[in-house]
Amino acid sequence: MKPVITKPQLTKHVKPVKSNLMKRNWQKLKRNKLSMVGLAIVIIIILGAIFAPMLTSYKPDEIDLGNRLAPPSSNHLLGTDKLGRDVYTRLLYGSRISIIVGISGAVGGGLIGIILGCLGGYIGGRFDRILLRISEVFMTFPSLILVLILIVFLGQGLFNLIFIFSITGWMGMYRIVRSRFLSLREESFVEALRAFGISKLSIIFRHILPNTTGPIIVSITLSMPGYILSEAGLSFLGLGVPPNISTWGNIINAAQQIDIIMNNWWLWVPPGFMISLYVLGVNFLGDGLRDVLDPNQ
Amino acid sequence: MNDIILTVDGLKTYFYIDKHVIKSVNGVSLKVRRGKTLGLVGESGCGKTVTSLSIMQLLPKLAKISDGSIIYHSLKGDIELRNLPRNGKKMRSIRGKEIAMIFQDPMTSLNPVYTIGYQMMENLLYHENIRKGDARKKVIKLLGELGIPKPESRIDDYPHQFSGGMRQRVMIAMAMICNPSLLIADEPTTALDVTIQAQIIEIMKQVQKEHGTSIMLITHNMGLIADMADDVAVMYMGKIVESGTIQDVLGNPQHPYTRALLKSVPVLGIGKRRRLEPIRGSTPDPLNMPEGCEFSTRCDYVTNQCLTEPPVLDIGSGHLVKCWQCKGRCLT
Repeated sequence: MKPVITKPQLTKHVKPVKSNLMKRNWQKLKRNKLSMVGLAIVIIIILGAIFAPMLTSYKPDEIDLGNRLAPPSSNHLLGTDKLGRDVYTRLLYGSRISIIVGISGAVGGGLIGIILGCLGGYIGGRFDRILLRISEVFMTFPSLILVLILIVFLGQGLFNLIFIFSITGWMGMYRIVRSRFLSLREESFVEALRAFGISKLSIIFRHILPNTTGPIIVSITLSMPGYILSEAGLSFLGLGVPPNISTWGNIINAAQQIDIIMNNWWLWVPPGFMISLYVLGVNFLGDGLRDVLDPNQ
Repeated sequence: MNDIILTVDGLKTYFYIDKHVIKSVNGVSLKVRRGKTLGLVGESGCGKTVTSLSIMQLLPKLAKISDGSIIYHSLKGDIELRNLPRNGKKMRSIRGKEIAMIFQDPMTSLNPVYTIGYQMMENLLYHENIRKGDARKKVIKLLGELGIPKPESRIDDYPHQFSGGMRQRVMIAMAMICNPSLLIADEPTTALDVTIQAQIIEIMKQVQKEHGTSIMLITHNMGLIADMADDVAVMYMGKIVESGTIQDVLGNPQHPYTRALLKSVPVLGIGKRRRLEPIRGSTPDPLNMPEGCEFSTRCDYVTNQCLTEPPVLDIGSGHLVKCWQCKGRCLT
């Protein structure tokens, strides 16, 4: 008997799964519970900030002198402050400014750091040494004092604050990007690009910079809470954002008197809680991102 | 002169490190014939790579070309590459478009964050006036020619999804995409295993046949030279010690160094009893070179004459030997 030779079954052509780096990283991030909690906190707070007008019927600067320092009630969920303004409303609107300060400060400082780090790290030589010394001078100077001096010179204000945060907060990013560039510029793909005649700026910003995205995202995320805390601290001292704009820090500012701390807990506990919660959320998220994006982990 | 594409004459590239001068390339003269392959052989550290980087003007900042000329005979006339600013527009337009280079390690020669297609197209779009869609088609075609299966879908893959041999093919494709006249391959197969090496060599030969590209092949692999090169230049301590056609140099080696080098190549089936003969001693300290002939400290034929710099002798039809011992008679 002849052996029956079966024709090999033609396997249906399976479309290969597009390995998308973003998608894979997202899967990895999803597995990290803590960072998902952080992400949820951050998203809820940001949504609250965006939809503030829909979540409250008061205006943040609506003064009601007949209803001062009222404890929480169904009318005023978190009570009112010394001028009769609704604390819950101010908290919602205040989160807008606090979040903006955090993001802009981190992104502004980050951008300066990235650009200087790219150029210094790639070009090297005297240019790099000078930048390094400048960054060391900035770092050795106590940053709070530097910020206070600059506020005195430039005056109070939201944009001034962001500007000041940017020019006093670029050193960390500069050092991260520079050190990545120092190793990446020796990679042979850089030599190959040069051998293909690609221009220097294109090599620096289009080819090497994307290789440092991981550390950059992590660094920006993790530096955000610092700016929010600085803003809160400065506003608490009355040097941050002008007091008529509500921010988390400005709300706590009201709690400078002992009797308020003792008698009116709703003026300082909720903003303090919000600051802690948001900072915690961002930190959780940042840690998760670092675990995902850092190839060494 | 029309059958020659690159003339390097008396090239001297020195590294200046802490008041020391390291003479990496110390008077190299070579010619690459149009459409032919020149093999540049020599042991590690003899200046092969520095020679190629000098031609491409990609030397590190410490290094300076202190003498000699590098003339690229383009179709539009001769260009002295030394006179062009290192990072000027003119030099950049020659790099990649006229003279392209393949590097030793394909694993790290591609940017990990961009797709293969993006990187290949960038090179093409940068040097040539071509539309994106056409560039993509050209890249797919070239990848297919170089034996990448399903180039239409692989073009959107990232370098980490390719194996070493495939990456080296991509590198060759990238180098070839603008159809350069001269391809400098700096140890293109050193990092690959033997079967892949053979494939890469076949591809390079095929590319050369189809596009008429001249190749300068830098290697320390004698077998590769024997397989691919038309002309050979043997380098030792920054100097060319022997050069000529492959038949002359490998078939009738005259310089003691070339002979020693050939003797030390392992051959399959050589037999257990015959031992390999390594060259005795090691390469001299570049800061403390022997006087006269650099090879004199390791040479079996050394005489007092070797303490002065040997002349370059033509022992027949362009077979050049830089040795005192070859004067008038051949070594036995």
